[in-house]
Amino acid sequence: MSAKTILLKGGRLIDPSQGIDGQHDLLIENGRIAKVGKNLKADSAETIELKGKIVCPGFIDLHVHFRTPGQEHKETIRTGSRAALSGGFTTVCLMANTDPVVDSPTIVEFIKGEAAKVGLIQVLPYGAVTLGLKGENLTEMAALQEAGVVGFSDDGMPVSNAGMMRRALEYSRVTGLPVIDHCEEKELSGHGVMHEGLTSCRLGLAGVPSEAETVMIARDLLLAEATGGKLHIAHVSTVAGAELIRAAKKRGVPVTAEVTPHHLTLSEEALESYDSRFKMNPPLRPKKDAQALREALNDGTIDAIATDHAPHSLSEKETGLIQAPFGVIGLETALAVLLTELVHKQGFSLATLIAAWTHKPAKVIGSDRGTLAVGAPADITVFDPEQEWSPDAGQTASKSKNSPFIGWKLKGRVTDVWVSGQARYRDGRFLTED
Amino acid sequence: MKSVILDAEGVRRAFIRIAHEILERHRIIENIALVGIRSRGVFLAQRLAANLKELTGKAVLVGALDITLYRDDLSMLAANPIIRATEIPFDLTGKQVIIVDDVLFTGRTIRAAMDALIDLGRPEAIELAVLIDRGHRELPIRADYIGKNVPTARQELVQVRLTEIDHAEEVTLGEKL
Amino acid sequence: MAAWTRKDLLSLEELSKEELLLLLDQAKAFKEISLRPIKKVPALRGRTVALCFLEPSTRTRASFELAAKRLSADLLSFQGNSSSITKGESVVDTARNIEAMRVDVIVLRHNTSGTPAQVAHAVKASIINAGDGSHEHPTQGLIDLFTIQEKKGRIEGLNVVIVGDILHSRVARSDLWGLMKLGAKVTLCGPPTLVPSAMEQLGAKISYRLDDVLPKADVVIALRLQLERQQEKYIPSFREYTRLYGIDSDRLKKAKPDLTIMHPGPVNRGLELSSEVADGPQSVILDQVTNGIAVRMAALYLVAGIHPADEEPVSEPGRIDLPVREKQVR
Repeated sequence: MSAKTILLKGGRLIDPSQGIDGQHDLLIENGRIAKVGKNLKADSAETIELKGKIVCPGFIDLHVHFRTPGQEHKETIRTGSRAALSGGFTTVCLMANTDPVVDSPTIVEFIKGEAAKVGLIQVLPYGAVTLGLKGENLTEMAALQEAGVVGFSDDGMPVSNAGMMRRALEYSRVTGLPVIDHCEEKELSGHGVMHEGLTSCRLGLAGVPSEAETVMIARDLLLAEATGGKLHIAHVSTVAGAELIRAAKKRGVPVTAEVTPHHLTLSEEALESYDSRFKMNPPLRPKKDAQALREALNDGTIDAIATDHAPHSLSEKETGLIQAPFGVIGLETALAVLLTELVHKQGFSLATLIAAWTHKPAKVIGSDRGTLAVGAPADITVFDPEQEWSPDAGQTASKSKNSPFIGWKLKGRVTDVWVSGQARYRDGRFLTED
Repeated sequence: MKSVILDAEGVRRAFIRIAHEILERHRIIENIALVGIRSRGVFLAQRLAANLKELTGKAVLVGALDITLYRDDLSMLAANPIIRATEIPFDLTGKQVIIVDDVLFTGRTIRAAMDALIDLGRPEAIELAVLIDRGHRELPIRADYIGKNVPTARQELVQVRLTEIDHAEEVTLGEKL
Repeated sequence: MAAWTRKDLLSLEELSKEELLLLLDQAKAFKEISLRPIKKVPALRGRTVALCFLEPSTRTRASFELAAKRLSADLLSFQGNSSSITKGESVVDTARNIEAMRVDVIVLRHNTSGTPAQVAHAVKASIINAGDGSHEHPTQGLIDLFTIQEKKGRIEGLNVVIVGDILHSRVARSDLWGLMKLGAKVTLCGPPTLVPSAMEQLGAKISYRLDDVLPKADVVIALRLQLERQQEKYIPSFREYTRLYGIDSDRLKKAKPDLTIMHPGPVNRGLELSSEVADGPQSVILDQVTNGIAVRMAALYLVAGIHPADEEPVSEPGRIDLPVREKQVR
């Protein structure tokens, strides 16, 4: 931990956890937030002028795939961490669908060991809900928690047996950790490769109906209500899904939810290009769903924005829309895409957006980060809201290039990141080159 | 600058003369088939048939030939030209075919027309009637009946207009744009 | 008449009414050639057409082969199974290899919707879609339009019923686009599990009972029912399917006497059509086959004449452009 004292001056400081939005300086001491206020002075401190920039807590992504162990040709903890840093993320939660699956403390230890070697950001693993993601036997959740997992998820292989899901939600109470569910009724999604609707019908592609998601959201909300287990709904993509969650929250169901940048900004028409960069699960939905998701984010129905960063190699994505695997990368573009599409174009509240990346996801996993409160670890992201740039497939920090936003004209870019008071990214550059 | 080299009356007279010349050479009119090359050749063939009928009281066979698919410059064009129907509702085998066209220039159109005709049947003989022969042949082809010989420079443009499609009746010579 | 400017023929959805009429007009000119003693013209002499059929097909491939031969093109034939080809080598890669042999036109059949469009984007050679997944089969659609025009003298205002497995049919989609653009009234008829209700948004009517819509029909296009649909539980049984959607001489009594019956072939006799109907006076199934060659000659001729410059790819597909709202206060 650095004992260095750093003073960030002149930026617009936004910390939704404390309701702060204004010109404030921020002092970092011993890797923690020491002071926030107007015209701070500290003679011995390294002073950094951030006029015109926005200073906020480091971002937390509740849903990423770093493919380690097992598929390091797509991403490693190192390349994934660098992608995260350049997008302003200081904490990421890794899904358990690695090979082998994160269903025993040994695998958790391995990932933690790898993460410690890289050491750039907070890398927090999830454990599987069931052994081998098979939906048959619960994992040893308490042992996994002790090893360091921050939640449980079978992600893309959701527990299809309602009885099993009930047990999982019930049993997870022993840990107090959330069960993160990728809601997809596989009997309904079938061989679908995109949203089922007018566009899939025109293109002659098998569709995934909205109900594949909503049927399972409804089931899990009822089960969470009955069992009291903490439920987190991954990547909500439908109007009806958001409405179900809104109603459940009103009834007091212990549920939180996330949405991805791509579901907020893209629609099913993207598939007209038959480009597998637009193939992900859940699929891109009609425009009205994207609009409803924006509203659900705005009114707090949806707590967090998560990228579902899912790297795949070019050769896998090139095999055509039907054979190509589901998933897109998103860490490097998340902020810029939402600043451009929601804040700059639609006047969406910047504080709401930042809350969905900071203290709200922190609360889901019980983290003490995501805030600039005095005493908190100094995870800080600084971005220039006006800087224009365009994502380039040749320039990704991620090992993979399967982004749907390649070539977009974007406005807003992360410039500096501190993790626990350590500068990791300065003026748009990594401080460690490898 | 354009100059008129044949007016409506000139065109009419040329074709009456050609009709007479055809009758001098062909004693059995029933065996003649006039085949006009799309587009203007077709109208000229119909006029010629009318002239022959006036002179003999007998109808001659008339057909229309589209030579697009036989052109030797298809692969050099920006886009393949639109094909119009070939309508030859009779058997060409054994016929004295007279190809009718408006202008004889390089001879390539006539080469294509002969290839097309031979794919359609086996005429006893093929002759050629044109309204204008402007020279500059690139193939060993000559016309049997000529309305008017017009010496031209290669870059000049001979334009034939017929009332059937052009709302005018004249032949002009001008600079190519 | 409109000029042809497209490098590729990928779908009827993307064609304008004028382009459809041009194709039909050119097909008419090519049909005349098929009636000549020498059925061959030198139009594509020296050009090479590759038939790349990565899904089993006999009829369509034979029809394209004959069309190309009658245009004097040189032929290169690839056959195979889509899945084995995509395993090691992507389809785009295959197409680039074919193109590297200086092929002018690639006729592509593939079991995956959208493959011809992707290949067309990646290569300079012209691509003709000979059927892609459940997407489109544009030349079959043109054949059906041509045959209706030939038999009925018009397309505008006709009541056309397409009956069968609309959901999985590429022929149905091409027919639908073509017929609607040319002013026909189209009804899609079949089991509710096989007729996507979204099609109504495209302007077609939907019916689940053939008996309700048959009396008004001028043309019925029956589609081939793939036999695996029963296993996939889309229909309870073939018997029930035939009861509702099969056309036999009894059911035909309810139809107009001048009803025209079409089928893209091959017919499951006794399932979609009884033998008497398939071979009967109202059936134009064999005319469709004959017309297929003329239509495909027209398609080959027109696309072979286009040598495009590089196209600009669409850079931001699917980006949602919603109106800018008032700034929200929170």
